[in-house]
Amino acid sequence: MNKIVVKDRLGKNYNLPANPGSTIMEIIRDAGLDIEAACGGCCACATCHIYVDNEWLSKLNPKDEDEESMLDQAFEIKENSRLGCQIEFDEDLNGIIVELAPD
Amino acid sequence: MEDKTDVLIVGAGPVALFAIFELGLLNIKCHLVDNLDKPGGQCSELYPEKPIYDIPARVMITGQELTDELMKQAKPFEPIFHLGQQVEKILKKNEKEWLIETSNGKTIIAKCIVIAAGAGSFVPRKPPIEGIENYENKNVFYSIKDKSIFKNKTVLIAGGGDSALDWTNELSNIADVKLIHRRKEFRAAPDSVNKMLELENKNRVNFILGQLTKIKKGKAKPIEVHFTHDNKINKIEIDYLLPFFGLKMELGPIANWGLNLNQNLIEVDTEKFETSTPSIFSIGDINYYPGKLKLILSGFHEAALMAQACFKYCYPDKKNIFRYTTSSKDLHKKLGIK
Ligand SMILES: Cc1cc2nc3c(=O)[nH]c(=O)nc-3n(C[C@H](O)[C@H](O)[C@H](O)COP(=O)(O)OP(=O)(O)OC[C@H]3O[C@@H](n4cnc5c(N)ncnc54)[C@H](O)[C@@H]3O)c2cc1C
Ligand code: FES
Repeated sequence: MNKIVVKDRLGKNYNLPANPGSTIMEIIRDAGLDIEAACGGCCACATCHIYVDNEWLSKLNPKDEDEESMLDQAFEIKENSRLGCQIEFDEDLNGIIVELAPD
Repeated sequence: MEDKTDVLIVGAGPVALFAIFELGLLNIKCHLVDNLDKPGGQCSELYPEKPIYDIPARVMITGQELTDELMKQAKPFEPIFHLGQQVEKILKKNEKEWLIETSNGKTIIAKCIVIAAGAGSFVPRKPPIEGIENYENKNVFYSIKDKSIFKNKTVLIAGGGDSALDWTNELSNIADVKLIHRRKEFRAAPDSVNKMLELENKNRVNFILGQLTKIKKGKAKPIEVHFTHDNKINKIEIDYLLPFFGLKMELGPIANWGLNLNQNLIEVDTEKFETSTPSIFSIGDINYYPGKLKLILSGFHEAALMAQACFKYCYPDKKNIFRYTTSSKDLHKKLGIK
């Protein structure tokens, strides 16, 4: 079974089962963790902001201009900030570690 | 002065706009109130340029085009819009009427209320900086009503979108303007970006790379803000801070209207889309019933059935005869078709 590891805002880690084809946001949302994802994954709200563990960063597709622009509306942006809805899970990402950004 | 109408619609998103049409066919007049300064709800505010592919008979239509077309379709029914204000209170005026109050102090009397409030009101996204609320509406503003207060003051504008850039350019004529953004790229109209860069070259605008982290009382000026860039913390004293980080949706006053809610959504029946309070209806993204799908398509269907039920409140003594728009002379007249 593929999985992702998500650290919530209190620092607790969760192993979530992950299916290729789902986005990281969907995996987190559908597991019931607190990710607002107000626009449902259309890259229009920035409320699926996550930090990706540095070890994994290079395995991801780079951000496109849409995602970078949307991040302008999020806060506490770091080098490893991403929008969860713009990262599609695939087997290469099995075990990826991400952290929910502050509300 | 009070306005009087048949139906007051809370929200002016796509579902509300189609409701004007469905109500209009039944001779029911409406007023609409929306926080935004334009109609179209999420379609115009969040994704005007993005394509929608699941509007029946429109292979592709953008958010703004859909809004424009719905406005055209609603036009014959002369809806009245009260934009840039929020519906705050709804009070029972008498057995047959509601009294609605908006944040601008406007009052409207209506026989029915239709809540088409989407995911709630669009409100400014506020930087999560401790204590910022203590300075709001004094030294921190999320929108500008009277720009003259900034004359000869030091103003820090935060953000990288159209509002941030437009106000930077505009206020540079009367104030000492600084713009802070996390990168030197902007998702704003190219013209505004060029203008800003030009002003920066002429030293009329001061651009700062960074992100806000702290706000406190200043010494020489009313507030001191801290910002970080490359892990370094810097401080600056200013008169005003204007954060422009776009809008988000928040349920808002609807929670206080005494309606049955299901996780911030309004419970309705699927025959009339009426809430737990008779003569208050709810359609579109804000309502909840088993099987609900948050689609524009579903909202349109809900609007049609809701209108049938509103008719009974607006014209209790009349019988509504079901007719098609294709052939009914009466409906053609209402639509202005000769
Ligand atoms: C990026 C994106 C893409 C989408 N793509 C599709 C798609 O392809 N197909 C599809 O069917 N749907 C799509 N949707 C969903 C669709 O936009 C919504 O279903 C639709 O906008 C709901 O319309 P509505 O009229 O119910 O509410 P909204 O569009 O949310 O409008 C509600 C309005 O009510 C106002 N309001 C709320 N409370 C108050 C108050 N108290 N006083 C005054 N005003 C108030 C708000 O300011 C807002 O303008 C998409 C959504 C997003 C964000
Ligand atoms: S869910 Fe809205 S941007 Fe990702």
